[in-house]
Amino acid sequence: MRPCVLLLALGLQGAAAAADDIDSLMQLLAQHRHGEASFVEQHFMKLLKRPVESLGELRFDAPDRLEKRTLEPQPEDLVLEGDELRMTRHGRTRTASLADYPQIRPLIEGMRATLAGDRAGLERLFEVQFFGDLARWTLLLVPRAPDSRVARVQIEGARDALLLVEVRERDGDRSLLTLRGHAAR
Amino acid sequence: MRGRAAILAVWLLGLALALLVVVRAHYIADLSGFLPARPTPMQQLLVEQLREGAGARTVMIALEGGTATARAAVSRSMAATLRAEPAFESIANGDSAESEADRRFVFEHRYLLSPAIDVGHFSVPGLHQALAETTDALASPGGEWLKDLVPHDPTGETLAIIDRLAGERAPHVRDGAWVSADGARALMIAQIAAPGSDLDAASTALAAIRAAFAAAARAPESGSARSDAGTASAGAASAGAARPSVASPSAASAGVRLLLSGPPVFAVASRTQIEQAAVRLSIAGSVLVLGVLLSVYRSLGALLLGLAPVASGALVGIAAVALTFGVVHGTTLGFGSTLIGESVDYSIYFFIGASALTASLWRTQLWPTVRLGMLVSVCGFASLVPAGFPGLAQLGVYSIGGLLTAAGVTRFVLPVLRPRQLALRDLTPLGTRCARLLGRTRRSRGRVQGCAVLLGAAAILILVLERQRLWSHELSSLSPIPPSAQQLDARLRADLGAADVAQLIVVHGSSLESVLREAERTAEALAPLIQAHLVGGVDNPANFLPSRQTQLARRASLPDAATLRQRLRTAGAGLALDTEQLEPFVRDVDAARGAALLAPESLRGTSIEAGFEALVLEAPDHWTALLPLHAADPLHPAIDTPQVRAVLAQLPPALPGSEAHVLDLKAESDALYENYLRAALRGAAGGLCAIVLLIVLARRSLQDALRVLAPLLLAVLTVAASLALAGVQLTLMHLVGLLLIVAVGSNYALFFTDALEGPAPLTLASLIVANVSTVLGFGLLMLSHVPVLTALGATVAPGTLLALLLSALLLDRRSAGPEPREAHDA
Repeated sequence: MRPCVLLLALGLQGAAAAADDIDSLMQLLAQHRHGEASFVEQHFMKLLKRPVESLGELRFDAPDRLEKRTLEPQPEDLVLEGDELRMTRHGRTRTASLADYPQIRPLIEGMRATLAGDRAGLERLFEVQFFGDLARWTLLLVPRAPDSRVARVQIEGARDALLLVEVRERDGDRSLLTLRGHAAR
Repeated sequence: MRGRAAILAVWLLGLALALLVVVRAHYIADLSGFLPARPTPMQQLLVEQLREGAGARTVMIALEGGTATARAAVSRSMAATLRAEPAFESIANGDSAESEADRRFVFEHRYLLSPAIDVGHFSVPGLHQALAETTDALASPGGEWLKDLVPHDPTGETLAIIDRLAGERAPHVRDGAWVSADGARALMIAQIAAPGSDLDAASTALAAIRAAFAAAARAPESGSARSDAGTASAGAASAGAARPSVASPSAASAGVRLLLSGPPVFAVASRTQIEQAAVRLSIAGSVLVLGVLLSVYRSLGALLLGLAPVASGALVGIAAVALTFGVVHGTTLGFGSTLIGESVDYSIYFFIGASALTASLWRTQLWPTVRLGMLVSVCGFASLVPAGFPGLAQLGVYSIGGLLTAAGVTRFVLPVLRPRQLALRDLTPLGTRCARLLGRTRRSRGRVQGCAVLLGAAAILILVLERQRLWSHELSSLSPIPPSAQQLDARLRADLGAADVAQLIVVHGSSLESVLREAERTAEALAPLIQAHLVGGVDNPANFLPSRQTQLARRASLPDAATLRQRLRTAGAGLALDTEQLEPFVRDVDAARGAALLAPESLRGTSIEAGFEALVLEAPDHWTALLPLHAADPLHPAIDTPQVRAVLAQLPPALPGSEAHVLDLKAESDALYENYLRAALRGAAGGLCAIVLLIVLARRSLQDALRVLAPLLLAVLTVAASLALAGVQLTLMHLVGLLLIVAVGSNYALFFTDALEGPAPLTLASLIVANVSTVLGFGLLMLSHVPVLTALGATVAPGTLLALLLSALLLDRRSAGPEPREAHDA
């Protein structure tokens, strides 16, 4: 229930600040053509007795290439480039359209649009709300698609660095992606 | 007068009888005439079933050009339209509705279908390993999708089965439609409902596909565009960006092109092409030839009369084929009249050559030469009859019947019907001028002969140098499908992962169960080869529908609910996955223990059914399963068939009544074709000997016979060498063409050796008119896009021209000619 409280508390202020701050944040992010970071991702699921953790690296190249390379527990490579999704697992690569993976679309597309500073792209997919200030900001993304399994995506960051991505699904499962050593160029 | 009436009566009666046979004959429109007639029984069965089977009903559809979104929209719209058409059994374009049905089928029957199911799979260690893998998978990006499945299927059987059925070759999906690996084409597969041999149904179905495309391209399904615009309407910028695609939907699909390929497309196109090319070109050829004749005869009556021999010949030729073979191939009708086009020459010789002669002089002076020429042609065509290709044998019988009839009509009927007053164009000046020209060459006769010897030697040298690749050894060289269409087909097959079946294992058995069991055994035996990347993979109907034996074994290995619950608890210790939530799995396994086994009917309504039916063929008391082999490297699609054979040979003895063997379709058909080519070449050599013998007998002089043959052989060698130089590999059709050069050219050569002083000017003129009409008729064939027709035209047109020139230059023995007349003309 924490986010709801947060929402209520920041609601008014957020709405007022949104327009300008989103733009300045997006401009800030858009300056970076390339970025990489290591990540730890925790999955909290009803099916699991305890959270499952995976770790790996995240790499972004403007304008639209995002790679999520999982190293543990199962090596796996996910590349989003344009509309194409390439997944390599067990030495086998599969290519698909992002549109065919509505489950992961909000997470990676939201993250990519944010990293790219692409406000129009972000707003086509989500209702976007901004909280905080550039030094320490939170983007709250609510998918526009009514049938999305994802209830919301929350991205936290400090200036041009992404720190945390939380995806909460409608059934209550969630995943928490913590980024470290975000080296931007 | 009685004699004349009798001749006409016999002629008309003969025509009436022939007409009766022709009307009642059975005609086949396909090109099977150019497939070998006598393959082994197994190949016969296979070829027939492949022709009728699912593969023969598959149309590959590709959309190219325009934007990816537009292509996908057109694909979805076409699929929706075509699914409503009864002409199609199924339409697959990768959309979710069909894959949903497949997924449901696989999910419901996963414990009968999954190859992993054995006693060890649901043991405590087996479960532990499977659950650990599933837990990892849950944490992966695709994991959220898995989440719904896990409570029912924590060991991942559904996904494993789908993976195996789809294989790595399944096309990618983009915007709800299949696309090629490079994304440049949207792809669909349409399965025509009617059997593959029903070309009319195929033609209708293809028209429906084109209509659906036209409709879709005009107003593409605007669903996606609209929904994009709808969701974007909150953001003013995006709505503006999306507006153009909504405002003018046709602009979005502008540039999208439809490409079709697959057996039905080829079959319909070949038929249309053969029909169009043969009909259009023979009409055009006839018009040209008739124009030439009319300009000479200057009488419609004479023209019609001049066509009497060839028309009678064609009628009797078809009747002869119908009586000999029972059926008449469309190709026989198409080519036949070209082959006996020579008989038009007969009437030309009669009208022009004999215009200055009385009937009795025609009989004694010209007719023997025409008759000998005709018999030479008959000898040549007779060598086609024993060929294993029914198409060629039919052409042989047709030509023999046709030429005998045409010559007979020329000899007996034309003199009777010839109008008393015939105002032919006077061709004497043409003949005289040519005669003078020839006379002038007399002085340089030695040089001409030297040149001819050089030409012959050069041609022989080229042919000897090129002998390795002179003849095409591939059956496909006779294919009426142009190379560009074959390339498109290969590209689309690669896109769709539907490799053209070249190598396959064929399993025979007395029941479906026995072939499925044998297929399972075979596929298992091949596993090491696949592991070693010697074979890329093998399609197996038992993947779609396992044998009952296998299903029973899988069912029997499922533990009961209490046991499974107990094992889950033990296996789940130490894992993050909460095994307490797997009760749906326990219930499903328990239900599967009593589930009915799968039968072919169970596949109905899924795309799996089509996949299964493509690989299983049923005949009364005989089942065949096809297991196509895939190359490990799609770029170098070569499979070591001997190695596969060795593996199969090591299999323990087959189940009673079933057997498996490897079949390399291309190698087999090429080997067959080579046999026929060799037989045809032997036949041609035999025909040549018969021709020499015939001329020797007729002229009672070996030297004379050799003189007649010299220009003909020189023409044949020169044409063959020129084709070889041009990089054309010779096929059976070229052989027929070379034969025609001898058949038609022999008339020329015979006329030139006839008289001591060379043919009379009028005869010379008739030879020129005859040659012009032949070169025009066959030259037109070179314009066709049907390889077999082009081959015929490119051989015969230059060959007969050469035969006339060489005959004139080498054989004409007239003296220098009356010089004074030249002065008089000037």
